Amino acid sequence: MIHRYFPHTQADIDAMLARCGVSSLDDLNADVPEELRLRRPYELPAQMSEHEVREYFEALEKECTPLTCFAGAGYYDHYTPAVVTALASRSEFVTAYTPYQPEISQGTLQYIFEYQTMMAELTGLPVSNASMYDGTTAVAEAMMMTVAAARKRNKVLVSATLLPAYRRVMDTYAHFHGIELVTIPEKDGVTDFAALGGLLTADVAGVIVATPNCHGILEDLTGVADKCHAAKALLVVSSPASTLGVIKNPCEWGADIAAGEAQSLGMPLSFGGPYLGYMCCTKALMRKLPGRIVGATEDARGRRVFVLTLQAREQHIRRDKATSNICSNQGLMALYAAIYLSTVGSEGLKEVNRAGCDGAHYLAARLEAEGVAKLRYPAAPYLNEMELEVDGDAQAFIEYAAGHGFLAGVATSPSSILVAVTEKRSRTQIDRLVELFVSFFKASKS
Amino acid sequence: MKKLYYTPTHEYALVDGNVAYIGITDYAQHALGNVVYVDMPEVDDEVTAGEDFGAVESVKAASDLISPVSGTVVEVNEALADEPGLINADAMANWIIKVEMSDATELDSLLDEAGYKAVCDAEKH
Amino acid sequence: MNRTAYSPLIFELSKEGRKACQIPSPDVDDAFSSLPADLMRDSEPRLPQVDELTVTRHYTNVSTNNFGVDTGFYPLGSCTMKYNPKINEEIAASRVFGSLHPLQPAATVQGALKAYDTLQQMLCEIGGMSRFTLNPYAGAHGELTGLLVIRAYHESRGDVKRTKVIVPDSAHGTNPASAAVAGLKVVEVKSLPDGTVDVEALAPLLDDTVAAMMMTNPNTTGTFESSVSEIARMVHDCGGLMYYDGANLNPLLGVARPGDMGFDVMHINLHKTFSTPHGGGGPGSGPVGVRSGLEQFLPCPRVVKDAQGKYDVEWDAPESLGRVSCFLGNFSVELKALAYILSLGAEAIAMAGPLATLNANYVKHSLKDLYKVAIDRVCKHEFVFDGLIDKSTGVTTLDVAKRLLDYGFHAPTIYFPLLFHESLMIEPTETESIETLDNFIYAMREIAREAVETPDVVKLAPLFTPVGRPDDTKAALNPVTSFYDL
Repeated sequence: MIHRYFPHTQADIDAMLARCGVSSLDDLNADVPEELRLRRPYELPAQMSEHEVREYFEALEKECTPLTCFAGAGYYDHYTPAVVTALASRSEFVTAYTPYQPEISQGTLQYIFEYQTMMAELTGLPVSNASMYDGTTAVAEAMMMTVAAARKRNKVLVSATLLPAYRRVMDTYAHFHGIELVTIPEKDGVTDFAALGGLLTADVAGVIVATPNCHGILEDLTGVADKCHAAKALLVVSSPASTLGVIKNPCEWGADIAAGEAQSLGMPLSFGGPYLGYMCCTKALMRKLPGRIVGATEDARGRRVFVLTLQAREQHIRRDKATSNICSNQGLMALYAAIYLSTVGSEGLKEVNRAGCDGAHYLAARLEAEGVAKLRYPAAPYLNEMELEVDGDAQAFIEYAAGHGFLAGVATSPSSILVAVTEKRSRTQIDRLVELFVSFFKASKS
Repeated sequence: MKKLYYTPTHEYALVDGNVAYIGITDYAQHALGNVVYVDMPEVDDEVTAGEDFGAVESVKAASDLISPVSGTVVEVNEALADEPGLINADAMANWIIKVEMSDATELDSLLDEAGYKAVCDAEKH
Repeated sequence: MNRTAYSPLIFELSKEGRKACQIPSPDVDDAFSSLPADLMRDSEPRLPQVDELTVTRHYTNVSTNNFGVDTGFYPLGSCTMKYNPKINEEIAASRVFGSLHPLQPAATVQGALKAYDTLQQMLCEIGGMSRFTLNPYAGAHGELTGLLVIRAYHESRGDVKRTKVIVPDSAHGTNPASAAVAGLKVVEVKSLPDGTVDVEALAPLLDDTVAAMMMTNPNTTGTFESSVSEIARMVHDCGGLMYYDGANLNPLLGVARPGDMGFDVMHINLHKTFSTPHGGGGPGSGPVGVRSGLEQFLPCPRVVKDAQGKYDVEWDAPESLGRVSCFLGNFSVELKALAYILSLGAEAIAMAGPLATLNANYVKHSLKDLYKVAIDRVCKHEFVFDGLIDKSTGVTTLDVAKRLLDYGFHAPTIYFPLLFHESLMIEPTETESIETLDNFIYAMREIAREAVETPDVVKLAPLFTPVGRPDDTKAALNPVTSFYDL
């Protein structure tokens, strides 16, 4: 045998070649012009045993330093209950294909239906798709959706308080797709909605805002939806999914579309992915929603079954007229979210938010009391993440703290740092981070 | 007197004076199968001959609606929003939009009954 | 898998007051209760309330309603459903890699950056490219990114009138859809009866408005496009670039490289060619490679290496098309692909293509007396039957596909490519044994016999699956997408 993953014995190969009426494997590639044939070995490492592969990655792990994480900026170190990992790792889920054959894919379809229900509950908007790649691409898709739904309007307004990563991805999509993005300015750490009226011209298809925003501040969106709708523009609200368990949700704010990142629902940070984009909308916009959607129906015997539905919107049927080019979703990550939300429930989700919120406020109060950092926007309400101003080099401090096993946050300017606290951070760890702030900034002063 | 015109993309225009009732042909509804959704423009929208103004969707297919004429939408068939299957029941009676034409000469480039029948026959092969 | 579907939804197992977890708490003063009430939600989300065993049993039982590579054979054309090795899953589940925040200092993530860069280089060798980005999250996302590289290239030269992309009529549906998202207009080029691009039909489409031509090779009929070098020359002569859709890369392993065929930009589906699992629809990974001279247009962030061998993340670059992802792509999927390439090594990787091609030709030759071979040429990793040869029975491709489910196989890809009325597209990958293929062949031959003797049985299929054929019309007419709408 050639390799443990290939079952072919030489006898098998000979028998199969005979059936095909050829005498060698090369004969089956006779239609590939000789000048295109690769006639040399790949310059790649030689085959490794499973043991060697494991050792290879263990060596790579040793070149990484796991840190006690106080960083957020859209991606949070929440606790993953053991049941989530164990159940989501079942190979019936992991090795399944896209559920195009509903008769043998009810497992996948069922959990996506549950996931959709849960996301609809969190966002308040009734129709959820089966998930998107991540939060940044979900918001970019939402931007394109507002333009597609409006027809003939080509401008989208974006709050300056959206996280930079989101804005950068939107800039890319907008530039090449031919959408004009206009920034709604910020004032005192929140979107300056007073400026919205002047910006809401007749060519605006959508308005995109985030809460909590890039400073961790909970935005007050009172009256925003009415202004948008009066101008026939759609409102998109983006929040980290976990926070939707407690904060006023997109539906309550009057949004037409909710889109964002759901990594906070118990998914590991995994150095940037896989994460989970979510997207929900009103019933009126359902047929403009990109991505897959699972619906309930009946089979021939009248049993409740689930299928991929509204497929006529999708790329394999509409090709260049599709609502999006998205073909896959993040199936397994949607399963992660569904099991996580089943496990924690609404009560657990509230506790997660409460613990992070209490921890963050405790941390901020201690840092202010020590005189080593102060809130950049002291009057603004925040949940579990806040921007701190420091008297010194923020990035140098982050490197310093990393040397002590702590990821202190994300530098947002030379002298400010965005810090997040989740339920995983104990009081002892928070106190230890305060000590690091003190030792770094007091030492740099003296 | 009403007169019927067709496009090679299977729309019809039933013309009455300056107004055209636009829908899809019986051949088209048959090819699509059960229609589950009709994406329609709004009253006062402009349509342009040769450009799409909406789409008809069945379970596993979708077809753009290409306007046979240019003009302004004066009415949309609201009944199709709740009951898109009406198109399967009677495609000719269930027009999709009513358009006030801006250029009646455009009708000259459309197909008549015989010309359209030839298009359908060609597609069957 | 189940013979009878496990049907409850988690919401139907919910009981007020139950819970399945205990959330840690920092033991500090309450601040949460002081948040402004008008910023908090009015009602609680109606999530399930269940204990841990109920969650466990529920999702375990739900999983048994599923077919997967680990339960049976997928002859699924254009999808490359190969075995997903267990070691890859173990490595991707690493607690160390799992704990890394995307924004932590580069000095603390050297091993992760090295994994990214190593895989990137390996894909260059396999694709014949100069540099890869692993940032795109999926195949379609890779297509979009690749097309944006092409647009950024033309823009950099001030060549802004190139807005057309040529796509064969046999192309995957994502090709035209990705082009549209990239702001390009799609122009279809016809195929010849043998499924390959009609070079004569292509010539008149080529002018100074062509940004690119997208091709997959072998194409979606499983036929190698022998004229690819000529096509590339023609497209290059008019100033356009060649884009390679990597969905069908598998048969080329050990045989040929897109870069050597004249392709300038390509994507690879790690979840196809490099064995990362499909996960019921994702997460995938769609790395994009470019030939020398186009590297500067690739998206950011990028992994760079200095003279001392230290890795860093480059967040911005002047000519980059911008960002298409939050960070460096689906990292744990990338780890799985790297583990796969290391496990196979240079020699075995080069056998994957020929063995995949052998398996496909074997199945084709074993069934060609009963099913209509759409294109009578040697196929690569997949091929298309245009339904049963005997059309008098009224049994359609859909019926055959559904009946296969009763025999314990996944259905092939059906009604694609669109070139044939009764397309039935079969791709048995190199990880399937002759015994499995023989069982599949037996089932296909039985179905052909049933189509003549008991056609009604085939038309009613599937009969032995957990549920029967669903009413798609009902689902689409009045969509019910949430438990609370049931």
